[in-house]
Amino acid sequence: MERIPAPINGADIDKFTNRLGGFDVLKKLAFTTALTFAAAFTLQAQAQEPRRGGTIRFTAPYGASFVSNDSHVSNQIQDEIYGYALHGMLYKWDAKNGKPVLDIAESVQVSADGKTYTYKLRDNALFHNGRKLTSDDVIWSYTRIMDGSKNYPGARYVARIVGATDVQKGQAKEISGLKKIDDSSFSMTLTDKADPGYFLFQAQTAILPAKEAQAAGFFDKPIGLGPFKFVEHVPGSRMAFERWDKYYLAGKPYADKLVISPMGEAAARDVAFRNKEVDVSILGSTQYVAYKADPNLSKGILEVAEVFTRNMGMNPTFKPFSDKRVRQAINHAIDSDLIIKRLVRDKAYRAASWLPLSSPAFDKDAKPYAFDPDKAKKLLVEAGYPDGFEFEWTATPNESWGVPIVEATIPMLAKVGIKVKVKPVETSALGGVVVGGDFQAYIWSNTSGPDSLTALKCFHSSTPRSSCNYTTFKNPAYDKLIDDASAEADPAKQLDLLKKANAMLQEEAPVWFFNYNKAVMAYQPWLHGLQPNSTELALQRYEELWVDSTSPAAK
Amino acid sequence: MLPYVFRRLLQAIPILLAVAALIFVLFSVIPGNFATSQMADGRSNIDAATIERMNQQFGLNDPLPLRFAKYVGGLATFDLGDSFRTRQRVTALIGERLWPSLQLALAAMAFAIVIGVPLGFLAALKPGSWIDMLSMVFAVSGLSLPMFWLGLLLMYAFALTLNWFPSFGYGDGDPRYIVLPAIALGVSPLALLARTARAAVLEVMHADFVRTARAKGASAYRVMRWHVARNALVIVLTTLGLQFGSVLGQAVVVEKLFAWPGLGSLLVDSVTWRDIPAVQGCILTIVLFFLVVNIAVDVLCAVVDPRIKYS
Repeated sequence: MERIPAPINGADIDKFTNRLGGFDVLKKLAFTTALTFAAAFTLQAQAQEPRRGGTIRFTAPYGASFVSNDSHVSNQIQDEIYGYALHGMLYKWDAKNGKPVLDIAESVQVSADGKTYTYKLRDNALFHNGRKLTSDDVIWSYTRIMDGSKNYPGARYVARIVGATDVQKGQAKEISGLKKIDDSSFSMTLTDKADPGYFLFQAQTAILPAKEAQAAGFFDKPIGLGPFKFVEHVPGSRMAFERWDKYYLAGKPYADKLVISPMGEAAARDVAFRNKEVDVSILGSTQYVAYKADPNLSKGILEVAEVFTRNMGMNPTFKPFSDKRVRQAINHAIDSDLIIKRLVRDKAYRAASWLPLSSPAFDKDAKPYAFDPDKAKKLLVEAGYPDGFEFEWTATPNESWGVPIVEATIPMLAKVGIKVKVKPVETSALGGVVVGGDFQAYIWSNTSGPDSLTALKCFHSSTPRSSCNYTTFKNPAYDKLIDDASAEADPAKQLDLLKKANAMLQEEAPVWFFNYNKAVMAYQPWLHGLQPNSTELALQRYEELWVDSTSPAAK
Repeated sequence: MLPYVFRRLLQAIPILLAVAALIFVLFSVIPGNFATSQMADGRSNIDAATIERMNQQFGLNDPLPLRFAKYVGGLATFDLGDSFRTRQRVTALIGERLWPSLQLALAAMAFAIVIGVPLGFLAALKPGSWIDMLSMVFAVSGLSLPMFWLGLLLMYAFALTLNWFPSFGYGDGDPRYIVLPAIALGVSPLALLARTARAAVLEVMHADFVRTARAKGASAYRVMRWHVARNALVIVLTTLGLQFGSVLGQAVVVEKLFAWPGLGSLLVDSVTWRDIPAVQGCILTIVLFFLVVNIAVDVLCAVVDPRIKYS
């Protein structure tokens, strides 16, 4: 039975050894062991030749249905899950190496200023009706996304192309930054220096066939460039696909069919998985414990540190939180490790700063705030709050980053004199509350990747609260680091600047750094090729998946 | 009879309007809206300009009375508007979900009627017997079991352990898929029907006209068939109507649990994402179904018991 290893990196190992005291010997021992296991797993995986045929039975765990057959319409991960089967994007996420790579394009050239990208499309990229992809399709798709009257969610990515927002505002019909060179090549000019791979790999930016997509009824049976062709969508029950034999990656996909069932109910997924009716199941913390304890189920668990940082944002307009020492005191006063162990049931990694473990700019030597109530008290005294204070904490019912977590912190904060008044809100209302600045503190799970620069720009003083600087963090030294990193052409130097910015964030503590999400997927022993996707584990490149002959749906 | 039905249908209009107003007001006063709900996953940073554009697009910036007037105007032409989330017509969304929901409701009620009514009759015929005790234990349990928990129990027992039925999904006309959700949904009405049937039969059996029929020498079968059953049936039918009408609303939990593609699962997702037109459409459909079923039951009662006159 194959076990697909979670990505093992130095940060994981160091985190482990740091907890044990940071001894070098332990570091070396852990590193050697990890390398040995990784090598063994790799050899084992290589020994198995992918098998063609069969049906992959996937689950979409974030709701009771898919939103739409039109991938441009939906903002939800739930719909990206099928989007990866049906569509091709300009880039795709290489989960194993943690970076974006070209998808429908075979090559790209970048201008000296890093703003203009010239793409050559694949010659063998065909839509599911057999028509060859052209640069008109790419340009039309991006222009459609920017239709201001439709407010497609992918607009926030495409908006980074010069002239895109003019289309959105109705001031132009074409995106000036997109230029067709010929049928198979085009250039794209960005508003600022950035790697477009980080924002043009989502299914919201799927490339649709320009002519066909404008025909009535197209979205009843949509076509795309993806590894699987659309067969049917029974709303609220399943979306079925079959292999696209002319997919541009030779020999892929392996499976004949793919069926994705939306199953928002964790308990129902659990039964279906145990009953071998589905091949994968995203696990919550309760199930994670049960699956780990089960000798059979524990053999099929894939874990990855996703690019989400759970945190308590502090509003500096609330006087105590304007003082760095108070924010640091809160980080010292809460026993995060205990909460992660007892409440989150180890389905999370302790956060040191903002960037998560999977980020290349994550500093493996950084240690999280130590649980130290005495230090917290001392900091509060220095800040002028010897008797503490009371604040209102806005939280949703979410079990991993909501009211249950807040309730666990209440006695810890009380010990240093800080009283918490919980202000419960519905999950769908939290965004509005935070963006409106109507809070003293909130707890949320925010994206902190995959692009480290984009993630850290959220704390730049020029970033408004309504974008992602929710705590309206302002620090000139931090701004300079981010500006320098943005302008830096040398990746190594840029990484170094980002590490420094991340370290500064830890010191400034605009938030309580709680944890990074550990996404867990249970998979059946017959399913192979799963990728440890840190952007979202439920998003898999289906062309890499295959089922062996032991699957109940092998035929 | 027809004027009565017509009048009842007319009476349903103010009820529907009141429900529409209630949903409208509720969703207008609670915090959050569709645009801000898009940020709930913490990965979608939607800037203020986009939120503003979305609110504009969906008419959420209009004054409340104007929005309500537009909505009621749409209702008058059977236009439920466009879903914020899917950008499809709400009528189309409901159309594709209605049949699965009706299938489930019919199956659940068939299960409840076929078992519940005879069980109640049998229990009443032999009060104090083991069958009476058993049926009442079953009835009380059925009424008190949470539907979600019962559904899970059924999954574990009949899908996971015995492997008789699939644990989720719609299937392609395969009746095995509907069995577990129908049982989970049908147990509660079954229990109520059994209790009602038992009480109704016991009451009628002690009525004067039954004693008279026996005194006249009518056979036990004739007494049961023509005097007890027909009179008890009116009470049972009324309960049945109420249960059948509400089963579509109760299906929300079961549909989500069993990944059944009905109105319930659409409603849950629509509420989560503050898709007000879809929520309003789903609830109005459920209320309309309740009203229509109850009118149908009233008509049926008149057929069963000719003494009932509707004027």
